[in-house]
Amino acid sequence: MAAPYSNGSQHSIAQHSIAQHSIAQHSIAQAGSANALELRGVTRAFGALLALDDVSMTVKPGERRAVLGSNGAGKTTLFNAISGDFPPTSGNIRFFGEDITEFPTHERIRRGLRRTYQISQLFNGLSVLDSVYLGCRGVSRGRFSLLRPRRDDALVQAAHELVAAVHLSAIADNRVATLAYGQQRQLEIALALSGAPRLVLFDEPAAGLSPAERIELIEILQALPSHIGFIIIEHDMDVALRVVEKVTMMHNGAIFKEGAPADLDNDPQVQALYLGVGHE
Amino acid sequence: MAGSEERDGYARRRAGPRWLGRVPPALCLLVLFLLFLPAFSNTFVQQQIFGWSFVLGLIALSLMFLAGYGGMVSLVQMSVAACAAYMIAIFGQSAVADISLGWPWWLYLPMALTIATVFGTLSGALAVRTEGIYTIMITLAIASAFFYFTRQNYTLFNGFSGFNAVRPPPVFGVDWSAATPFYYLSLALASLAYCAVLYVSRSPFGLALQGVRDNPRRMAALGFNVPAHRIAAYAFASFIAAIAGVLLVWLNGQISPGTAGVGPVIDILVIAVVGGLAHPIGPFIGALIYVLLRTFALDVLAGVGLDPQRFQLLIGLGFLAIVFFSPDGVLELWQRWRTRLRQAEDS
Repeated sequence: MAAPYSNGSQHSIAQHSIAQHSIAQHSIAQAGSANALELRGVTRAFGALLALDDVSMTVKPGERRAVLGSNGAGKTTLFNAISGDFPPTSGNIRFFGEDITEFPTHERIRRGLRRTYQISQLFNGLSVLDSVYLGCRGVSRGRFSLLRPRRDDALVQAAHELVAAVHLSAIADNRVATLAYGQQRQLEIALALSGAPRLVLFDEPAAGLSPAERIELIEILQALPSHIGFIIIEHDMDVALRVVEKVTMMHNGAIFKEGAPADLDNDPQVQALYLGVGHE
Repeated sequence: MAGSEERDGYARRRAGPRWLGRVPPALCLLVLFLLFLPAFSNTFVQQQIFGWSFVLGLIALSLMFLAGYGGMVSLVQMSVAACAAYMIAIFGQSAVADISLGWPWWLYLPMALTIATVFGTLSGALAVRTEGIYTIMITLAIASAFFYFTRQNYTLFNGFSGFNAVRPPPVFGVDWSAATPFYYLSLALASLAYCAVLYVSRSPFGLALQGVRDNPRRMAALGFNVPAHRIAAYAFASFIAAIAGVLLVWLNGQISPGTAGVGPVIDILVIAVVGGLAHPIGPFIGALIYVLLRTFALDVLAGVGLDPQRFQLLIGLGFLAIVFFSPDGVLELWQRWRTRLRQAEDS
């Protein structure tokens, strides 16, 4: 089904500010000097398994941080706890000063939190443009509107620009099910940047991408406006360490170490944990 | 240059609005056929074939909206239609004067539509936190409960007998129960509902519903309240089913528990699946096939020396054949045929 509002505009991420997509602008000033994200003693148990063990972490507005750790360290569970997919068993989560621990996922998202998924979570029956349009619409009024959007609707324009920003304009009207894997990952990022994000959780965005696509991804992440912070889980150190200013290491569901990328790069404990005990 | 633009603009205006050019010729032919059908058909065809097809098609359309766009297979739509029909009989006039209140049509009609829509919405609110087979089971349970309640309650629903002699009001001095007026009334309402569903499917609400169908988790992660969207979809679909219920009682002239029994509930599912859940035209195609089978299978069976009452067997076999060869119903066959035709033209 063709989108009723398609146009053929082309944009590059370098010329384009993602801030233009912020339709439902959240006032950062309103949040005062509050941290973007504050976790206090967050624990998540699945039966006897402690997937998150008393995690405390603070992320400042606009901060870019990587969460590293071996498989099973609890990185994705941490994201799930923050986004509300699996609320914490105990502990407390504050987002720009507001306690969101008990909030359902959609309420957290409407406050400016966004995320991507390790395995793409997309809408196979919709077009690329419709998917991104939904992303923009999700944090604005009129979610239940029965009236079709006009071509010059601000959200439609925002969706077009965002599709262009992730280099998918040429296939904007294609169904998501027909996209190649790399294109699906790009669409994941577009969805995460739609609306008015203040903090984005990227869960292995480079997984499965070709070297060229990874470079594009780095460009997209580096081009994000400074008020949009993000936390990234990434096994590709080239991607992770080039776009962040802080690294958090996780092990067995707990935070093991925090610091600047250069500090952790030379830390023998981190090397032993990440590369194996016998690493010299 | 300016002159040529002017000429182009004039030519475009003469050719009519741009959207008209996008209307497929087959649809134009269908519209003309339906508009002029009473001119070359008898009252039986108008009322018993097409009247019934529009009514059943509307109920199946409400199911198609939920299942095709929302991924929710609801078996409660027939009960919603029956609820509206009962409300028309209770608040309006019928032969059961002890129960029927005899209110004017402008009061009982919106009342019936509202109550049935609320009933469908509440049923949806119970069902939306489940998926797949569990949604089917919950809605089937509600439909069964409605059937048994109406059959056992004599105070309000007049039990097993139900209500008869329910007539449409003579609005504008027209006897709407007569074949041709009823045909046009049901055609108009079916067309309106069809266009409404088609239009809404591209609205923010419709797109969000399709998003919920494809990936509810992601929809929540985009800021959508998934259960609320599903409940709203039930409300929209229930309103369509309620309109069909009003037509149903006016066409039948009576309403009884049998109308909302488990058999008719399943029939609506069969109609929607046979027609196809991918497009709002599917339910009407399914309804026409069902009505034709139901009407003429009796004669066919009697002609070959079988018990005419076994017409359900033919319907079941037809359902099996369509589901076996084309899981997306007759619409899929149509799509396949068009694809082949296009390929043949290309080659």
